[in-house]
Amino acid sequence: MSVVVVATSASEWTALRVVDSLALVATATDRFLECAPVMLRDAVTGLLPDPWRWIANGLFAIVAIFAVFGLLFAFLTLAERKILGRVQNRPGPNRAPTPTFPFAKFLGKIRTYGLAQPFADGVKALTKEDIVPDGADKVLHFLAPVALLAFATLTLVVIPFGRNLVALQLDAAVLYFFAAGAATELAVFMAGWASRNKYSLLAAMRALAQLISYELPLLLSWVPVVMIAGSLSTVAIVEAQAGWKFGFIPHWHVLTPWGFAGFVIFMVAALAESNRSPFDLPEAESELIAGHLTEYSGFKYAFFFMAEYFGMCALSGMAVTLFLGGWRAPLPFLEFIPSYAWFGAKLLALILGFMWIRATFPRLRIDQLTRFSWKFLVPLALINLGNTVVWALMSGGSPALALARWPVCAAIIVVPFVWLGRAQSASYAPRTYRYAA
Amino acid sequence: MILPLVIIALLTIAVAAIAMTLRNLIHSALLLIGSWAGIAAFYFWAGAEFAAFAQVLVYVGAVSMVVLFAVLLTRRSRADLEVAPDAIGRGLGAMLAGGAVLGVLFGAVFATRLDVAPTAAPTASVRAIGQQLMGAHAASLLVVGVILTVALLGAVVIASTDREGGKEDAR
Repeated sequence: MSVVVVATSASEWTALRVVDSLALVATATDRFLECAPVMLRDAVTGLLPDPWRWIANGLFAIVAIFAVFGLLFAFLTLAERKILGRVQNRPGPNRAPTPTFPFAKFLGKIRTYGLAQPFADGVKALTKEDIVPDGADKVLHFLAPVALLAFATLTLVVIPFGRNLVALQLDAAVLYFFAAGAATELAVFMAGWASRNKYSLLAAMRALAQLISYELPLLLSWVPVVMIAGSLSTVAIVEAQAGWKFGFIPHWHVLTPWGFAGFVIFMVAALAESNRSPFDLPEAESELIAGHLTEYSGFKYAFFFMAEYFGMCALSGMAVTLFLGGWRAPLPFLEFIPSYAWFGAKLLALILGFMWIRATFPRLRIDQLTRFSWKFLVPLALINLGNTVVWALMSGGSPALALARWPVCAAIIVVPFVWLGRAQSASYAPRTYRYAA
Repeated sequence: MILPLVIIALLTIAVAAIAMTLRNLIHSALLLIGSWAGIAAFYFWAGAEFAAFAQVLVYVGAVSMVVLFAVLLTRRSRADLEVAPDAIGRGLGAMLAGGAVLGVLFGAVFATRLDVAPTAAPTASVRAIGQQLMGAHAASLLVVGVILTVALLGAVVIASTDREGGKEDAR
């Protein structure tokens, strides 16, 4: 473990540091890269008098979150289009040039694999005409994308992005996250209803049905984590996953039977909650002509997409925090890489998984969708809850008991999974493909 | 310290009052959700984080959906969403019932002896609340759960009646 903190800067920094429980708190023992964001913040806000500092610190966190996730959103749209293009055997956007400057005409237009595409999209969205239907509810039509983006952004606040990087430390952080996320369905409904378009209203009703159905497995799937970690605070949950067994197996929740089941249920429900394919029924382009987005254009439309990506980032970040060890490194000798880099890597891995799923799976029907949630995911999540209790009760005893809990808990969740799956697909299997070879 | 409370209270009451007077049912429902959010803000002001988040999760997240579903599924057309002022008799009845509830509540509030001496704000962690709910107040929690289940079953029964006759829609 090499300590690279420059002595002078570190001592200056500790002198400036004000320990406030509600904001980023760092210890001076961290390595330089680890505490670089906090040092940067203190360099910016350190000059202010004490009463104003916490406001400045809060503003700094807000600006940082918007900057990082705004840019991430911009390039995730590009990545998504590129990946979808790759899967569908086409190049994807590759023609957006960087602007040409008069003094550097000799360079010509640099196309850089379409890397400038997000900015071209942004300019296009800003300059497009903002069309509001004649019969629309003007106020709600305007308010819906704003509310959606606001709630999606609120959820990002409690996620610990690194060792010292959490904008708001709350005792009930997980509850806060899902409370803020629960309001997004309201915004979707507002958008659908205010458009005065039957497809939009239909989509809004579908969205309500879908979001209510998947709220339940989503909420049930993280309860085991709270039970085991003994806290609703995201920081404490990451803390509970510290350390390695035998020096190389991390104590992540996903590496236990109940944690793995919870993680899978969480991710499936997260796909549905963030309206991602194969659960993108509220905006199904081929049947509802984009649903609640039909009557939106220009920057309001961009807001919806921004909110969708923010929501996807937030839910993936929560999955990382709850199940994948948060910002912790997978192996002890990899700890020299700063914690936020690990968090970012895990977050991007999950988001790329989302995109892969979107490229691969066909869309579900609405009845399949709700049946899948109520008859499959909810029972499994409830069984997993009981499974966690068994796991916790068996962990207190002898080593033999602690070893026996692995097959027992795995069986408790795998047997219902197979049985429920068989029972529900019985009327569909075996499949016959009449026209395919 | 009292100023935020006044602002929150005024906003909540104003939103609820506007919700009552509006003709458009959807607007009323959305404003009602706004007033629930105001109550959550009040809990937050009072330092009851857990109650505030639970309020948002349950009311703004879930009950609001039920309200919107009810409004949209029980009306036939968009024009039907505008409610006309009803008979004076019904209005009087509503005023009487509301006044009675108000009287009981005010009586209860004024009959309660409040400690006005400044006391230290209790710091209840979520863990402590959970242990209280699961220990001392487990029975009441169960009763509340049973009541909610009964209410849900009742809602299902009401909603699933065959609408071929359309008795309540015939008006």
